[in-house]
Amino acid sequence: MDSHTETPELQEQFETPGQQKEVSTLGMWVFLVTEIMFFAGLFLAYTIYRREFAGVFALASNTLDVVIGAVNTAVLLCSSYTMVLAVRAAQIGSRKALILFLILTILLGGVFLGVKAYEWNQKFEEHHVPGPTFHLERTTQQGPAQLFFSLYFTMTGLHALHMVVGEGLMLFLLWQAYAGKYTPSYYTPVDVGGLYWHFVDIIWIFLFPLLYLIARHQH
Amino acid sequence: MITEAVQERENYLNASYGIKSWLLTKDHKRIALLYLHTITFFFFLGGIFATLIRLELLTPKGDLVSADTYSKLFTLHGVIMIFFFLIPSIPATLGNFFLPMMIGAKDLAFPRINLLSWYLLVIGGCFGMYAMLAGGVDTGWTFYVPYSTNYSNTYVIATGLGVFIAGFSSILTGLNFIVTVHRMRAPGMTWFRLPLFVWSNYATALIQVLGTPVIAITLVLVICERTLHIGIFDPARGGDPILFQHLFWFYSHPAVYIMVLPGLGIISELVSVFSKKPIFGYKVVAFSSVAIAVLGFLVWGHHMFVSGQSVYAGLAFSFLSYFVAIPSAIKVFNWTATLHKGSISYATPMLYAFGFIGLFTVGGLTGLFVACLGVDVHVHDTYFVIAHFHYIMVGGTLMAYLGGLHYWWPKMSGRMYPEGWAKLSALIIYLGFNLTFFPQFILGYLGMPRRYWSYPDEFQVLHVMSTAGASVLAVGYLMPLIYFMWSLRYGAIAGPNPWGATGLEWQTSSPPPAHNFEETPIVTTDAYDYAALAAREEAKVG
Repeated sequence: MDSHTETPELQEQFETPGQQKEVSTLGMWVFLVTEIMFFAGLFLAYTIYRREFAGVFALASNTLDVVIGAVNTAVLLCSSYTMVLAVRAAQIGSRKALILFLILTILLGGVFLGVKAYEWNQKFEEHHVPGPTFHLERTTQQGPAQLFFSLYFTMTGLHALHMVVGEGLMLFLLWQAYAGKYTPSYYTPVDVGGLYWHFVDIIWIFLFPLLYLIARHQH
Repeated sequence: MITEAVQERENYLNASYGIKSWLLTKDHKRIALLYLHTITFFFFLGGIFATLIRLELLTPKGDLVSADTYSKLFTLHGVIMIFFFLIPSIPATLGNFFLPMMIGAKDLAFPRINLLSWYLLVIGGCFGMYAMLAGGVDTGWTFYVPYSTNYSNTYVIATGLGVFIAGFSSILTGLNFIVTVHRMRAPGMTWFRLPLFVWSNYATALIQVLGTPVIAITLVLVICERTLHIGIFDPARGGDPILFQHLFWFYSHPAVYIMVLPGLGIISELVSVFSKKPIFGYKVVAFSSVAIAVLGFLVWGHHMFVSGQSVYAGLAFSFLSYFVAIPSAIKVFNWTATLHKGSISYATPMLYAFGFIGLFTVGGLTGLFVACLGVDVHVHDTYFVIAHFHYIMVGGTLMAYLGGLHYWWPKMSGRMYPEGWAKLSALIIYLGFNLTFFPQFILGYLGMPRRYWSYPDEFQVLHVMSTAGASVLAVGYLMPLIYFMWSLRYGAIAGPNPWGATGLEWQTSSPPPAHNFEETPIVTTDAYDYAALAAREEAKVG
């Protein structure tokens, strides 16, 4: 990153700081729209195959650990809360609180990724990873069962990839916050980074019930 | 490149020097020129493949290349022309250069992202070129499964990655345009004072942002399928190959409008300037761009009438496809109404505009043929379809692109191109184009399928006509390449407004200064108010 020697706040294409802030925020919203369309392809595939293979999908879904999924959901929701507090801290110009909440957000994101890695590892041990060694108990429909886990791995995998990008973003914000770049009159990157973080959070809010809770009401 | 004669004033070309000042520039005008060089390269590269295709088809027997090589030729021609030339063509060059100027802005909203999107196109292009040099790819530009995932032995992954990366270039350009049009307009530049080129680029940007991510995830799935065998499109595991086609065309049909909408915008500019009249029904023309963008998302299934999708889906898609004709026809009728009693000048850009209107109409009307369920069963996957979309892509987009390039060349370079040569090349391109592609309508109707490297003897006459036309077309395309370069040194000095046009881009010097305007313009009139322009000029003189 280049250190701005001239005024760090206002880039030369803008007339006013207000315009710059509006532009950054709108840009992030438009980017999030593209992200929704990106995930939408997977959600479409999920919808079609779940409708077609409802029984197997329910069976496969039941092998996922709901407790782990729920804990991870809670962890992610808490990280969104600390993110909001970080934005608030930036707004009122409290550098210490901003740094603290960014660190907390990063830690919670890390916990989520760690739990996710543990879960994926479990799947390998249970032979629930699509491929030649795949086997799901209590069903003859091994093909559609693999489809469920293919969707599980692609969707959670893409989500995790977005989390990793988010962690990188948070580290950048932390570094900038540590250097004292953010003031109540200029904290747009924290704001915009927060938008991204919440978006990744929301994707998980959809993934959790779709993948973990398909057949819970039957028990 | 450009000599010192025009360079007394400081402008974007002489504001700084050296390779770094170009490769790290944040100036939208310089980035537009980077794009211009890149897509010109890809255009001629794709053209080489087109040449080889046409040479093979000169004779009925497959004698120049093998069937496998032929499959690679048409695949590379399609991939390069669509993803690395047509998609970025007008928005990334002329749009990049002029959209900020037309709304009175100093730059796009995100100059660094703008530069990034150029690098993404180049990186994507490198992947594509790697696939080409390593041995090619033979799936067709459509990457249909299961051939692309299970059977093809060619470089599908590298090509897919290239298209994926270039897709992000397109998304970021669209994102930049949307935010710029919303937030960077000069004081007084209301939505209904925007030039129609801005409207059409805005509509294009909506498609880029909403559609491109879908092809991105589709390509990710194809790559995962090929490497990890995840089964999403594999019937052996309950997966559905038709789902791939739905996802693919959900982007790739709207992509047609990514390619042609900016061209429609250029024609609106040209028709107005060269008949010195405000465009007839400005608001309707503006909204018709948005209507095309929206309708474009509802018609993808008309590519799949014979794929095995439900007949009822086919009926609905056929019905909806006809609606695209309405906003398209509105544009054509409004252009002709603008010409009526206009003070028409036959400068080169206007010749391209006339060419466009005719060819776009033929391409659009034959689009109705293929949108019709029964007719499409007959002409599906034949040269009729090839001719139809080349009338839109080459007869439409490319004509508009060349028209726009001639129109704005004086602004970009500060020099005039040689008018006589330019008119001649426009004529050659028009004749060459029709000779190349009109016979293909007949070929297709008679049953010549696409993607075949040999054919029955009775088709030869039409194929020879088409190949002859292609060589005429090649001459027509090489001429502008030469005289544009010539004009950089020897062209007449253009002055700020050689066409007497109303747009803000013509109110600053040629070539424009680094920040576009000496001071932020304040807009007080509609987009095509020639009376107000004349009054302003008079006031300046008096």
